[in-house]
Amino acid sequence: MTDQGVATPTASAPLGEATRRQQRRVAPRPLGAGWRQRLEIAFFVTPALALMAVFVVWPVVSAVRMSFYRWKGFGPMDDFIGIDNYRYVLTDQVFTDAVTHNFIIVFASILIQLPLGLAVALLLDRKIRGRGLLRTIVFIPYVLAEVIAGVVWYQLLQPESGVIDGLIRAVGLTPPDQGFLGTPDLALATVFVVLTWKYLGLAILLFLAGLQGVPTDLYEAAQLDGAGWWQVQRRIAIPLLGPTIRTWCFLSMIGSLQLFDMVWILTGGGPADATTTMATYLVNQGTGRHNYGIAGAASVILFAIGFVMALVYQVFVLRRDTAVER
Amino acid sequence: MRSKTRSAALAVLCASVLTFAACGSDDSSQESGGDTTITWWHNSNNEPGMGYYEQVAKDYEADHPGVKIEISAMAHEDMVDKLDAAFQSGDIPDIYMERGGGELADHVDAGMVRDLSDDASEEIEKIGGSVGGWQIDDKTYALPFSLGVVGVWYNTDLFEQAGITAPPTTMAEWSDDIAKLKDAGITPISVGAGDKWPAAHYWYYTALRSCPEDVLTDAVTSLDFSDPCFVKAGEAVEDLLGTDPFNKGFLTTKAQEGATSASGLLATGKAAMELQGHWEPGVMQGLTDDGKGLGDKTGWFPFPAVEDAQGDPTDALGGGDAWAVSEEAPDEAVDFVKYLLSDEVQKGFAENDMGLPTNPAANGSVKDPALAGVLKARDDAPYVQLYFDTAFGASVGGAMNDEIALLFAGDASPQDVVDATQQAADAEQ
Repeated sequence: MTDQGVATPTASAPLGEATRRQQRRVAPRPLGAGWRQRLEIAFFVTPALALMAVFVVWPVVSAVRMSFYRWKGFGPMDDFIGIDNYRYVLTDQVFTDAVTHNFIIVFASILIQLPLGLAVALLLDRKIRGRGLLRTIVFIPYVLAEVIAGVVWYQLLQPESGVIDGLIRAVGLTPPDQGFLGTPDLALATVFVVLTWKYLGLAILLFLAGLQGVPTDLYEAAQLDGAGWWQVQRRIAIPLLGPTIRTWCFLSMIGSLQLFDMVWILTGGGPADATTTMATYLVNQGTGRHNYGIAGAASVILFAIGFVMALVYQVFVLRRDTAVER
Repeated sequence: MRSKTRSAALAVLCASVLTFAACGSDDSSQESGGDTTITWWHNSNNEPGMGYYEQVAKDYEADHPGVKIEISAMAHEDMVDKLDAAFQSGDIPDIYMERGGGELADHVDAGMVRDLSDDASEEIEKIGGSVGGWQIDDKTYALPFSLGVVGVWYNTDLFEQAGITAPPTTMAEWSDDIAKLKDAGITPISVGAGDKWPAAHYWYYTALRSCPEDVLTDAVTSLDFSDPCFVKAGEAVEDLLGTDPFNKGFLTTKAQEGATSASGLLATGKAAMELQGHWEPGVMQGLTDDGKGLGDKTGWFPFPAVEDAQGDPTDALGGGDAWAVSEEAPDEAVDFVKYLLSDEVQKGFAENDMGLPTNPAANGSVKDPALAGVLKARDDAPYVQLYFDTAFGASVGGAMNDEIALLFAGDASPQDVVDATQQAADAEQ
């Protein structure tokens, strides 16, 4: 699973480096181009910056401020309680469980969706009949609105009356007594299956785009040397897909940390808090219980976790893709 | 040069800020040329209620030249969200709905609600005890226009099929009936535990049956839950859970959205009973194709008595909606609220099945037999406990409901429910 379609397919390594070198050969803009140009820049950038300030920076700042107060959402914010909200959130088992659930989704996405997506992409990259149709089918779930997909799966997964329970019974098996979503031990795994169904299409699309960038003469050279299909994929296609895979992992990780919509619709965080995520926790505390200070603290912690993970990933993994050779 | 750039940037910034400011001004209760506009938010956004309220406003405007009433009819959830936002911004409609309890106390604390004690003393007297849920320190801040009690709605056909002749009056009898229904292959009870509050109503009721009235009234003000009767309430719920009476997957079942919700299961004959408020017949009508809900198969009985307990089995759990006037509203808004509580408007309210009227003069106008039964149970109850989550406010109530949902999942003990509630209550003080 990943964030909503912010991805741009990354070209394969050699191609990317070539374009980058080209760009460097273009002369940089002359410095100190005069006040006129600056004014122009200011004129065009200011409205966007003002909107940013009002709708992004100010809410972020007020969430941070909120996290140091006990505040019910109206009236003056004057009950300063220091880091009590943070202490509450970090010692609340519901929140620590929520963090665990987020990380389970992060790692499950990479361990299960990555190999699966890669396998399907390699298959669909072959010249087979109906390839276009198959590609479309695989990508359809990603195009569906998340809420609609969630409501459909919620109905499919209903115990007794649901289609899935019916199918399981039709092949002579017994579905779980309280349904897949109603059994605490199965709920998170069920949510993950739905997420995989929803987001696998994006992974496949990205990988297919990456495979397009692998020069065909490399395949031909390998085949002339007597390499089989499997060897070609393993030695050439997958290594050259590296940057695409690493970018997908990054998007998937951020998306998993922010996970909210699908969980909210399928289970609302239940049963027995088995599927809470950091986002459902902070919404429940904020709009549900009117503990806006606690919700603010939880959102700051969510931001910090996301920020640190993004930074670490950037430094240790993505650096090799973005480093500019000297 | 640099300073020029800066001032230019500043000018652009100012211009855009001015644009925002211009868009942002939308004051509701302005008086211009002697005319008064009153804004009124309500949640009767379906016919006949919506049309009835429009007519009421028109009648009032005709009798009071110079007064204009601006109505916003919204779906309930939308209204609650918009009210939250209105309270955050301080731009509150002149007349709006208050549900009483902790939420009202917070609004009063913030100085946002008008004290109606003197201006509406006549109406307050007429409504009588029901107004208690909207009083703080002997001052009345809102006038309830509909007040209902929670009870068990059931399908009379399914009861007959299972050979049940009379509704249960004790928890033991209830268990027997549950067993009979299960033997007949019928799901005994549906509950929307996914939304938490429908599950919490069970605990509220067993607490009401287990605790004497003074312990409950004390708990609402002192937020002290140390009396052992609160643990007993959880044990009674555990006993009920032990009979496995609920629909499959009840932990994620929703309360009243769609055919697979708890109300949907009762409305379509897939479950025999559901513990719900007085709005249930209306909800079920919306969930069936023919718009009739359970129709003449609808039955209602009060929550059974808990054995060896100190609570009065005729006490009821309930709540309602009241009209409140914001602190800054014009005086005409108070006058209009008084009109809304008049015999005439309340009778029309009852005739249109919009709720259970609080003005006794309108009692005879409730036509639906099931609702008339609920009304009788409400008026016969020596004490009506406001839903605990409303009474305690969102923070304590939310913690309580979440823990009760865990009790339903077998993940919390009766003591845990008391502890979690107490912990949230202590954080409030």
